[in-house]
Amino acid sequence: MGPARDVAVVAFAQSDHRRRTDELSEVEMLMPVLHEVLDRTGLKTSDIGFTCSGSSDYLAGRAFSFTMALDGVGAWPPIAESHVEMDGAWALYEAWVKILTGEADTALVYSYGKSSPGEVRDVLTRQLDPYYLAPLWPDSVALAALQAQALIDAGDTDEPALAAIAARSRDSAAANPHAQVRGSRPQGDYLVRPLRTGDCPPVGDGAAAVILAAGDAARGLCERPAWIRGMDHRIEAHGLGVRDLTDSPSARLAAERAGAFELPHGLKGTGGAPTVDTAELHAPFSSQEVVLRKALRLDGTVRVNPSGGALAANPVMAAGLIRIGEAAAAIHRGESDRALAHATSGPCLQQNLVAVLEGEPS
Amino acid sequence: MSKEPVAVVGIGQTKHVAARHDVSIAGLVREAAQRALKDAELGWADIDAVVIGKAPDFFEGLMMPELYLADALGAVGKPMLRVHTAGSVGGSTALVAANLVAARVHGTVLTLAFEKQSESNAMWGLSLPIPFQQPLLAGAGGFFAPHVRAYMRRTGAPDTVGSLVAYKDRRNALLNPYAHLHERDITLEKVQASPMLWDPIRYSETCPSSDGACAMVLTGRAGAARSPHPPAWVHGGAMRSEPTLFAGKDFVSPQAGKDCAADVYRQAGIADPRREIDAVEMYVPFSWYEPMWLENLGFAAEGEGWKLTESGVTELGGDLPVNPSGGVLSTNPIGASGMIRFAEAALQVRGRAGEHQVEGARRALGHAYGGGSQFFSMWLVGSEPPSR
Repeated sequence: MGPARDVAVVAFAQSDHRRRTDELSEVEMLMPVLHEVLDRTGLKTSDIGFTCSGSSDYLAGRAFSFTMALDGVGAWPPIAESHVEMDGAWALYEAWVKILTGEADTALVYSYGKSSPGEVRDVLTRQLDPYYLAPLWPDSVALAALQAQALIDAGDTDEPALAAIAARSRDSAAANPHAQVRGSRPQGDYLVRPLRTGDCPPVGDGAAAVILAAGDAARGLCERPAWIRGMDHRIEAHGLGVRDLTDSPSARLAAERAGAFELPHGLKGTGGAPTVDTAELHAPFSSQEVVLRKALRLDGTVRVNPSGGALAANPVMAAGLIRIGEAAAAIHRGESDRALAHATSGPCLQQNLVAVLEGEPS
Repeated sequence: MSKEPVAVVGIGQTKHVAARHDVSIAGLVREAAQRALKDAELGWADIDAVVIGKAPDFFEGLMMPELYLADALGAVGKPMLRVHTAGSVGGSTALVAANLVAARVHGTVLTLAFEKQSESNAMWGLSLPIPFQQPLLAGAGGFFAPHVRAYMRRTGAPDTVGSLVAYKDRRNALLNPYAHLHERDITLEKVQASPMLWDPIRYSETCPSSDGACAMVLTGRAGAARSPHPPAWVHGGAMRSEPTLFAGKDFVSPQAGKDCAADVYRQAGIADPRREIDAVEMYVPFSWYEPMWLENLGFAAEGEGWKLTESGVTELGGDLPVNPSGGVLSTNPIGASGMIRFAEAALQVRGRAGEHQVEGARRALGHAYGGGSQFFSMWLVGSEPPSR
């Protein structure tokens, strides 16, 4: 049984992602994106049925940091609003569920993160088990390197293959005006073996926003809405020692539950063919694309990360929402008919979300 | 379109205390979750998804704790969502979980909220200096005291009302085995003689810092039919937010609170909350917020809330008991405090509130707020399934 209501992504906007935005507060970074996404639909804040955001106090360095952003939204008269301390992709999930209940017909979803004020590699260590792991300060690159080495040891990839993923991502990003790292560039030196600079995401600041709408409202707001055919997310054990780092059962299960492995809506296929033409993967490290391609059964016929992906811009807390936005925008533009969008959270792909988006045949 | 009716079939809390040195954060949340499962007579495998909430990560010094807590909450292989809406988070978390059931995305959902304040220091967590933004002054009390003073000035309430609330809630807490403060020798005189912290708020009119967790199992009609104990049914639920600071904001009675309550009453078909609601668990971290919220939630006309309190209506034996559990004034694991309100309202209509049971409670309101009185979440639960 599919979802009870047809819900679509009808608009997407993002900032230009940059290494530093010292001159901007988080709210100032977010505001143009909010205005842009509303302008695309002609909606005002007061027209929106539900608002949900994702962000992290630890990036902002203060408690309740999302309250300032809410002031920027202009929550007056009072609005129905919620917040997840997660990537904005999960805020979109909460908003999607809210629309499915019938309590709202439209939703504004936004997320943002500034990594520049701190050392994001250090900050992310605070996500780890606070008693046994966090005191050792294993940073996010080191943990990703463990995963990359496990993949190499398993024969799933090698360093040249990783370099090729990195090069392809940044080449694709050349056409993305918002990306932080664009065009061909050297793979660089080892950061933590076997990962080189090029295998790792740029550190940067950025924001993104999406508008969701149900049924006829969606058709009225967007020429070719990106219908959410399914969405699911799953989490795995926290301890890296109890996980097979070369696989992502949570991404696979989320994709299955989102319908990513089923034939496209209303089509009778021959089976075995890829069911999506485009995939936007939130793989901050080149090695994680290897894991996700396997789990999500993406073969060579699927266009992966035409935006450049997280290797071209990785504003923490927004990068997952951007994947959904980029996938939807490709459908809006007629460049994709059925796209998979993926977001991740936690060390070594601990938590994964998959959405399947579809455009009506044009 | 029709929503799945949502039932609360399991409720679990920890015994709230100042410091649970005997358990980790994972141990604390698991204790509450297991009690909720036991109440529902369900196992971990019966749970389809987990929705967890807590107040800022800086309160424990742990970023996005859902990642580390996935194992302890049996969430491995399942969806896990983390909600954070400041002090209202416990309520918001329950509502997000309820929506998963209402939208028929999942059949049975575990929702949990916690705070282990002893791991760090909430006052520190609220005091990180940020340039060009107003600090919260001396913790939450410093922020809210002027608004209490404004209420007193606006309504002419005598300055004895706050101590009545504190005395009532602390006595109610003696009947609740999970409450943090059990002040067996409490007297009204002791409350009134306690030191003035933020004029007009006295020490005994403030909430404690607690370690604790609260969990609920939510399910649909089929799950409720299998429930071993009477469920509580969700008749209405809503969240509302307004900006922190702006010229038109009424800090004494915020519009977002009024709108949120009105939405809940509309959903539940409540025309006269004062007559139709049998028990209220409201978020009262400082005693004066009881009369203030009585007005904001529509139980009393503007300026009249303190008269209800003064006349004893809100006592456990009164005809509108407020915080029979002892409330936030007796137990405050911040991130869980809102969910405790929601859960205690559900306990009342299930008839399972023990010694602090309100006789014949059929409809109860759970209320939470947060930030600078800007985030609100509420639900109204009943002993019968909703008729619409």
